[in-house]
Amino acid sequence: MLPPPLVAHHSAAIFEAGKRLTVTGTVTEWFWANPHCLLSLDVKDGSGQAVRWVVETQAPPNMIPFGWSKQSFKPGDEVTITVEPARSGRAVGRLLRAVFPDGKTLVPGGSAGAAAAAGGTAP
Amino acid sequence: MTRRVVVSVVAVAAVLAFSDLMRAQLGFRRQPGAVYDVDFPGATSGPAPRRSLSGIWEFAKGGAEGIQADGAKAMPSDGKPEHELPFTSAGRDAFIANRPTFGFTAVPSAVTNDPMPGCDPQGFPRIVLHNAHTEQILQTPTQVVILYQFNKKWRVIWTDGRALPTDPEQPGWAIKDAPPPEPRWWGYSVGRWVDDRTFVAESNGFDDRPWLDNAGRPHSGAMRVVETYRRVDADHLEKTITIDDPTFYTRPWVALDKLPYRLQSPSLEIPEQECVPSETAKYNKLFGNPAGGVDDTGR
Repeated sequence: MLPPPLVAHHSAAIFEAGKRLTVTGTVTEWFWANPHCLLSLDVKDGSGQAVRWVVETQAPPNMIPFGWSKQSFKPGDEVTITVEPARSGRAVGRLLRAVFPDGKTLVPGGSAGAAAAAGGTAP
Repeated sequence: MTRRVVVSVVAVAAVLAFSDLMRAQLGFRRQPGAVYDVDFPGATSGPAPRRSLSGIWEFAKGGAEGIQADGAKAMPSDGKPEHELPFTSAGRDAFIANRPTFGFTAVPSAVTNDPMPGCDPQGFPRIVLHNAHTEQILQTPTQVVILYQFNKKWRVIWTDGRALPTDPEQPGWAIKDAPPPEPRWWGYSVGRWVDDRTFVAESNGFDDRPWLDNAGRPHSGAMRVVETYRRVDADHLEKTITIDDPTFYTRPWVALDKLPYRLQSPSLEIPEQECVPSETAKYNKLFGNPAGGVDDTGR
């Protein structure tokens, strides 16, 4: 029997460096936890079907200094996110920017913040 | 002013401006309520108090200084010859057996064997060589106690004159009612003041399961760690960590080299940060497994 994978706490190598994806969706969960916070949201594809995206940030203590909190999102919020998608091709990625309809914007610190500031290539 | 001096001044100004830009882009990490050297440009500090480490200490140059994702700050695992550790044959074998997700030997996260993501104890010295944050140091007549943010851990460094266990692999105190001899995740530690500003702690008796850092550097049960704390002035403390493990390394090597900390307000609150197995399991199910290209069962 294989041990369970320990995929938390990974390097940035699992993401497609430099690739950017911007989508708008409806928040289903904001998981404020270690090792990294997760934002889940439903994004409608071209046929109107909802696709569940899950994007990660950093650990809460590393998010708080940049204005994030457990109350940053609630289910039902509409939000537009910019993501560096995972190489696996699944609907997961690293959150680089979150913009609310009123223009309020959240950007993480660290390498994700630097990546957000540096821009990238839209697919 | 000569042309050379003018050019130098312009160059220094450009570097400073670029540094500010870089700091903003890289997200200068500020522990809520903490102060950093950048907040006191040009300021000088008063003299160091005598034989005192007490206080709440945060990295002087910014809260991200302790992350050390690619390994011990003074010897990152980056493939550079100057950062090649002096492995023994056994040490190199142990290093190769470790599969970190960061550093020069990083593997895909789905196949790591890093014990930390599963919330195994980080142990010492990994607690200060990876994901290190604000610390609080307490002094009693017989102990220096260090409180660490991550997982709310603490260490006791005895200052009552006792000696380190003579056999690091069968450690036990040579005192009445001593605890049973067994290695510990956090080792046994004793310390002393070598002068009025310099405190040196030595530790041995380690469980060999934790990694030294986030890049998979190993240690054996024979490891001895030397911590040197130098109280530079009223506001600053420097920490140096030396690894002495003759089983895995041919000579001692410096993992932290005079890393500066800044004294904080005694009212600064250290945040809570716990590794929670149930949260980790949920994280893996929702994100880690699909990001790593495996399904919820880990296949």
